[in-house]
Amino acid sequence: MDAARDELRGVPHQVRDRVTGEVRRETMIINMGPQHPSTHGVLRLLLELDGETVIRCKPIVGYLHTGIEKNTEYRTWVQGVAYVTRADYLSPFFNELAYCLAVERLLGIEAPPRAQVLRVLLCELNRIASHLVWVATGSLELGAVSMMLYGFREREVILDIFEAITGLRMNHSYIRPGGVIMDLPPDGPRMIAKFLDTMPARIDDYERILNDNPIWLERNVGVGKLSAEDALALGVTGPILRSAGVPIDLRKDEPHSGYETYDFEVPVRTEADAYSRYVIRIAEMRESLRIVEQALERLAEPGPVMVEDPKVGWPVKLSVGPDGIGNDEAYLRHIMEESMEALIHHFKMVTQGVRVPEGEVYQAVESPRGELGMYVVSANEHRPYRVKIRDPSFVNLQAVPTMVEGGLIADAIAVIASLDPVMGGVDR
Amino acid sequence: MNAAEIAGRIRDHFPDVYVARDEVIVLVDRGELIDALIRLRDQPDLSFGFLSSVTATDHPGKDPRFWIVYELRSVEHAHRLRVKVGLPGDDPHVPSVTSLFPTADWHERETWDLFGVVFDDHPDLDRILLPDDWEGHPLRKDEELGGVGTQYHGAFIPPVDERTMP
Repeated sequence: MDAARDELRGVPHQVRDRVTGEVRRETMIINMGPQHPSTHGVLRLLLELDGETVIRCKPIVGYLHTGIEKNTEYRTWVQGVAYVTRADYLSPFFNELAYCLAVERLLGIEAPPRAQVLRVLLCELNRIASHLVWVATGSLELGAVSMMLYGFREREVILDIFEAITGLRMNHSYIRPGGVIMDLPPDGPRMIAKFLDTMPARIDDYERILNDNPIWLERNVGVGKLSAEDALALGVTGPILRSAGVPIDLRKDEPHSGYETYDFEVPVRTEADAYSRYVIRIAEMRESLRIVEQALERLAEPGPVMVEDPKVGWPVKLSVGPDGIGNDEAYLRHIMEESMEALIHHFKMVTQGVRVPEGEVYQAVESPRGELGMYVVSANEHRPYRVKIRDPSFVNLQAVPTMVEGGLIADAIAVIASLDPVMGGVDR
Repeated sequence: MNAAEIAGRIRDHFPDVYVARDEVIVLVDRGELIDALIRLRDQPDLSFGFLSSVTATDHPGKDPRFWIVYELRSVEHAHRLRVKVGLPGDDPHVPSVTSLFPTADWHERETWDLFGVVFDDHPDLDRILLPDDWEGHPLRKDEELGGVGTQYHGAFIPPVDERTMP
């Protein structure tokens, strides 16, 4: 199949001018997106084509820019979580985790152990959900329509778990500086255990559909090669870098939240093409299931989920009521009827929040797409001075011209699918 | 190496180095930026060859007004370092590092777009997140957040940056 593709590439698109009769090469500049079913979000690609071959490609972003970073400068630190979580909307827990770890470093505190286990549990479930969206949409873009349904069907189970634990399916604002906002509901462990039972067989199903599928192989093997050198020069991280043989995973290299105590592998391949990235993401889903299982075992012991320090910890106690998550009745009675000091404290903490000492911190976590970093600057106020989100999709998209130019348009779709960009993170 | 060790190794060439919250921060002049990054990349025990991010912070009224922040990481040794360059408000120019780190391309475009910092010798310094015809550099502190007030049943809530409490 490579020989046929190379042959196509060698033939220039020639046009005979109808008036003068001269033959010349002609390239066509077309625009793909921002509204396009296959560009993985609001991504606009300016393509210069010679027939079907892409000569030049320029990705244009910014269609989803909502000013998250500027907005955090006008809100309290805890409100910042609600903003930051919406950057890369398919991995909200990672955004929250990076931000909260940065704020905790500035405060000089650490979340309680149970909160850290909950964070790891939810982040790894989030990783599985994100990779499910990737395999579903990536397959759909290449024509494997059934995978779309299967991927989203499993993701619904994970979103149900998220809803039971945090009250929301996406963009949870669950991880906050000092810990997490509430503990697992009573049926949480059972739901997660049931998911752990059924998911491995589902992943086997996906591999049965795609692994040896001749069309899947034809469209992905050898497509979108990015060497390790190019990847590191372009700042690419995550599964794309690991598909080129570079075994960097921040969960292993710069562990946080107790990741060093979990037993898991980091899948690495060397072919550096779209197919190897698919293999890595499927393997990462299996590894994440292992981590979730280990985290669930550790949750058998009870413990606090938010720091005790009254100047930092979120004061409100939440509980699950008939209509979802809300303020705990006993807590409301306490602040409204029993204790004036508690009411004042509640008021100050919710409206003003914690005052974070001056300083700056860069905290990176391994999100499903690569290195997600938060550069947080504080000026000793109740609100951030600057929050910069180093989003992996923003940096990974820079590699698109390198990977797409010289290939066919159809390969451009496969390449961008294998990069797994989420435009919320790219544009913020 | 941990932060204190790194700081000790580079103090001879970089007098303005300090350690805070377990991170090494090096302050350099914009004229020495490229040489500094080459040295940090090529010295074998440092080998900071991976640029994670380039961004800026705005401190109006202070000198320097802009701090350009480079996050470096070493693939071989898995340690990090931050390089900061201070720029005056009336002359926010700094050499582009795309010749050393191609990844800086979009980072520098974003910093130009949001802060108005000009990166000299950048291959294509254009707006990236905002529309091409946008005027202004929104992440500067003297630019407003924007927004409209909300009114409901006699209660008026001004936009976020005009609220007086907290």
